[in-house]
Parts: sequence; structure tokens; C-alpha cells
Amino acid sequence: MSTEKKHTLHPEKWVQLYSDYLYNYTITRVSSDELAKDLVQETFFAGLKSMKNFQGKASERTWLVSILKRKIIDHYRKINSNKGKAEVRMNFYKDGDNAGEWIEERVPNLWSSDADKDIQNDELKETLEKCIEKLPEKYKMVFKMKTIQGFETEEICKELDITSSNLWVIIHRARTQLRSCMESNWFNN
Amino acid sequence: MSKFKISCDEATTICDKNQYKSASFGEKLRLTLHLLKCKVCKCYSVQNDIMTKVYEEYSSHQCKEDKCLCDEDKQIMQKALEEQMN
Repeated sequence: MSTEKKHTLHPEKWVQLYSDYLYNYTITRVSSDELAKDLVQETFFAGLKSMKNFQGKASERTWLVSILKRKIIDHYRKINSNKGKAEVRMNFYKDGDNAGEWIEERVPNLWSSDADKDIQNDELKETLEKCIEKLPEKYKMVFKMKTIQGFETEEICKELDITSSNLWVIIHRARTQLRSCMESNWFNN
Repeated sequence: MSKFKISCDEATTICDKNQYKSASFGEKLRLTLHLLKCKVCKCYSVQNDIMTKVYEEYSSHQCKEDKCLCDEDKQIMQKALEEQMN
């Protein structure tokens, strides 16, 4: 005997009712608009496939979000594969006698004393956007969630299934790369 | 002694973490000691404060309002979903 379900599924109404919500949820976590749309669409497909597993305890929307979260983790794992790792530009010697020291050509140069005077400049924002764009996708995703969207560390770790020390290494690499990119394209001009 | 000695890579990692006020007391102590004798990391640290201001300024101008999918995108999604249902 099945107990009566509190909630039921109506896939024909999903797009109309939840696509905007799911899209907004995704766009704050992934790097591109197209990717966000793809993940939302995949979520609907996956929902359709696993309708029989829906127990009716949670609302339709909550259930779809849980599928979407899984899709985001899967995406993160995919970009975290070896291919993604090769893109990183190193700033420190990895091994040998100098392990952990600055690589000479990557040492920060001095910026002018009034480097922070133009912070509200639109061109600076454009330059920053270009530099963020150049980050490997994994770094972009974590950096954006932490720094631009202001997510809590625990939340990001939970959502991407990574440890906090992992997160700080990613933030560190993203920031050193961004610093260097901004130095070449903005602060030294 | 060596307990307090950290590399530039580690020092700048703590420095970055500290920008989000997430470095522990021990980490901050090791960072401070490192910055006393490492001019390069000191320079990184000063510039890091500027970078944080740049990010904060950028973040405050990012559109935080809800975005909507356009009707065309929704129609495409709806059609694809219906195809799967049949």
C-alpha cells in the first residue's frame, strides 16, 4: 500500500514554472550562459528519466534542484580532470632546491603608489573581465563563487565536493594568475 | 623554528586566504614572520589589498537581480522536453 504523495510531478509545466529559477541558480555557479542553459535542460531530461524515483516528500522544485546540484558537481569533476590541470600557469617552483619560491619571471613588479586610484574605471573592469576569462574553467568557477558571488567557503566545498584546503589552493592560484594578468594589462601602463 | 618557516607559495596562499578573513591565528603569525624578511611576498601582500578592492568594486556592480531566460530559449527547452516525454 502506498501512502498518498504530498507532491506530484508535472513535467509538462517544468519549463514554465522552474526554468528561470534553475537558470539563476546555475548562472551564479558556472562560467557561461550557454553552459547554464545546457545544465538546466539536462536537469529536466534527468528528472524525466527518474520520475519513478520521486517519493513526493519534497516539492517538485526542491527535487529538481537536487538533480541540478548533481549536474553541477559532475560538470566540476569533468573540468577537474587532467586536461584542466595542464592549463595552469605556475608562479612558484614546484620541486627542486627552489620548491615553493617565486619563479623569477613571475615575481611581482612594483606598482605605482596611486595604483588604486582608478578602481571605479570602466576600462579596469573590462580588463579584469578579460583576465578572469583567461583563467582555467575550474579556477574561474571557484573564484567567481567565492569572490564575486560571495558564497561561504563551506557552501562551495559542499556543492563542489572539495575540501577547504583544496579551495584555498584554487583561490590562491586564481588570484596569483589574475594579479599577474592585471599587472601586464593594467597596472604597468 | 622550522615550524614557523614557510615558502613563498605557502605565504601567498595564507595571504590570499586572509583576504577573506579566513586565515587562522597560527597562519597569520607565520605569514607576518615571512613578510618581515621577504620583500617579494610583502609586495604581493600590498598589491593583494588593492586586488581585493578591485574585486569588491567589480562584485558590487555585478547584476544581482534575477535573470530570465528569453521566450525563445524556453520554447526550445519545452519542445526538447516534450520530445523526450513521447
